[in-house]
Amino acid sequence: MTNVSVMTFNILSVLPILVLAGFGMIVLFVDILFSKRLGDKNILAYLSLAGIIIAAIVSRGTTPIALYSFNETFVIDNYSLFFNFIFLLSTGLVILISHQYMKRENINYGEYYALILFSTIGMMLMASGADLLNIYIGLEVMSISIYVLTGLKRSKLTSNEASLKYFLLGAFATGFLLYGVSIIYGATGSFNLKEIADFLINKGDVTGPFVYLGVGLIIIGLGFKVASVPFHAWVPDVYEGAPTAVTAFMSVGPKAAAFAAFIRILMTAFGSTHYEWQKIVYVLAILTMTVGNVVAVAQTNIKRMLAYSSIAHAGYLLVALVAANTLGVSGMLFYLLTYVFMNIGVFAIVIILSQRNDGFMQINDYAGLGYKHPLLAIAMTLFLLSMAGIPPTAGFIGKFYIFSAAIKSGYIGLAVIGMINSVISVYYYLRVTVVMYMQEPVREFYPLTISPFIVAAVVISVIGTLHLGIFPSKIMELVQQSILTMR
Amino acid sequence: MITVTHYIVLSAILFTLGVVGVLIRRNAIVVFMCIELMLNAVNLSFVAFAHYLHSMNGQLFVFFTMTVAAAEAAVGLAIIVAVFRNKETVNIDDINIMKW
Repeated sequence: MTNVSVMTFNILSVLPILVLAGFGMIVLFVDILFSKRLGDKNILAYLSLAGIIIAAIVSRGTTPIALYSFNETFVIDNYSLFFNFIFLLSTGLVILISHQYMKRENINYGEYYALILFSTIGMMLMASGADLLNIYIGLEVMSISIYVLTGLKRSKLTSNEASLKYFLLGAFATGFLLYGVSIIYGATGSFNLKEIADFLINKGDVTGPFVYLGVGLIIIGLGFKVASVPFHAWVPDVYEGAPTAVTAFMSVGPKAAAFAAFIRILMTAFGSTHYEWQKIVYVLAILTMTVGNVVAVAQTNIKRMLAYSSIAHAGYLLVALVAANTLGVSGMLFYLLTYVFMNIGVFAIVIILSQRNDGFMQINDYAGLGYKHPLLAIAMTLFLLSMAGIPPTAGFIGKFYIFSAAIKSGYIGLAVIGMINSVISVYYYLRVTVVMYMQEPVREFYPLTISPFIVAAVVISVIGTLHLGIFPSKIMELVQQSILTMR
Repeated sequence: MITVTHYIVLSAILFTLGVVGVLIRRNAIVVFMCIELMLNAVNLSFVAFAHYLHSMNGQLFVFFTMTVAAAEAAVGLAIIVAVFRNKETVNIDDINIMKW
C-alpha cells in the first residue's frame, strides 16, 4: 500500500518548544524536591522567566523561506516566528504580574508556572502547525492547561464554577472542530494544509458540500476559542471566576493562538473557497463586535467588562479575517501585538488595586484613584484609551489598519459597523476614567504593596502601547515580512 | 455489503446523540459522557475514511484523539470533584453563581 519512508526530521525547528518543555519540567521538579526550603517560591518565577527568555532568543530572527519539518507537519516561517514572539511576550508579562497575586491569594502553587509554560507550548504548536493534527494537538495542550489554571483556587466556588463551565463548553466545541477535521479528511484525503489546498484547486468541485460542512464545523470550534458570538457564552463567567492573573493570561495568548490557527487554516488550506467562508466570518464579525460592545456598557464588575471588551476585540480581529488580504492579515498581527500590551497592562492595574478574594472589583471602587494614586490612574487611562482606539496609542493604529483593510477589500459596510462599535466602546472605557478622576472615593485606598515585578510589567506595557502608537512603521515592516513566506 | 456510507451515517447519528445529550442532560458527569460519545463518533468516522481512502493518517489521528480524550477525562473529572467538594452537587442547573 504505502512505502515506509524516513521522515525529514529537524529537531532544531522545535527548539523553542523543547526549551519551554524542559523549563516546565524543571519548575515541577524544583517545586517538589525543594518545597520545604523554597519559602515564597520566587525561584520558580525566575526559572520560568529564564525559560521564556531563552526560548525567545532561540526563536528570534527571520527566515527567507518557509522551513518544513517532521514530514511537513510543522513549519517555521516568519508568521510562526512572529506569533512565537507574541506568545512569549504575553507569557513573560503574565508571570511578572502573577507573582505577587499568587502569594496574596494564597494559591502560590509551583504547578502554576509549569502549566503556564505548557500552555505556551500548545500555542506555539498551533501557530506553527502545517497539519490539522498538529494544530489540534496544540489546541488541546493549550486548553487543558488553562482548564486547570482556571480552577486553581480550589476552595473558591466561583473558580470551580468557571473551570467547570470552561471545561464542558471547551470540550464540546473541540468535538465540533474534530468532526470538521474528519469530514475534511474524508473529502480531501489529507490533513496537510498544503495538500488540502492543492486538492481543492484541482478537483474541489467533486466534494464541494462536504468541504463547506467541514469548514463550517472548524469555524465553530475555533470561533469558540477566539470568543466570537454566538460561541461566547463562556467568556464572561470564566473571566470573572478565574484568578485575575489567569484571566490576563487567557485573554491574550490563547486568543492570539486561535487566530493564528484560524488564519493559517482558512487562508492556506481553504484559500480557494474564500467566498464561501467569508460570508460566515462576516456575520460572526458583526455579531461579535456588536454584542460585545453593547453588553459591556451594562457591566459594573471590571473583570466582566473586560471580558465583554475582549469579545468586542475578537470582533475587530474577525473583520481583518473577512478582508483576507495582505493588509488585513498584517493589521491583525499588529493588533494582536498591541492587544498584548494594553490588555495585560489593564489587568496588572486591576491586580494592584484589588484585594484578597477579588475584593474591589467593581468599577465604582476606582472612584478617586486619580487623586490617591495619580501614576496608576494615568497608566490605566492610557491603556483604556488604547483599547478604545484613540491616538496616539497603539490601539488606534491597529484599528486603522484593520478597517482600512476592510475598505480596501470592498467591505465598506463592515468597516462602518466596526467604527460605530468603536464609538460605543469609548463610552464604557471612558466611564472608568471618569469614575477615577471625577468622583469622590467610596473606599479607603490602603497603602498598596507593589512588587517590582508588577511595576516592570506596567512600565513595559506603557512603553509598548505608546511606542507602537507613535512609531508603528518598524513593527509594521516586520509584520508585512511575516506574511510573505506564508503562502 | 457494508460500505463507507453506513459507517459515516452511524457516526453522524452517534455524534448527534452526543450533542443532544450535552444540551438536554443536567448531570455534569452525564454531559461529560456525551462529549466523550461525540469524540468517539468522530473516531469512528476517521477509521472509516482511513479504510476507504487506503491511508493510515486517519487511524493515526484516532490514537491522538484517544490520548487527548484521556487527558481531558483526568482534568474534567478532577474539576467535577472540586465542584462537588464545595457545592455537594453536580447538577449544572445549580452551578449558577455567575450570571450576566
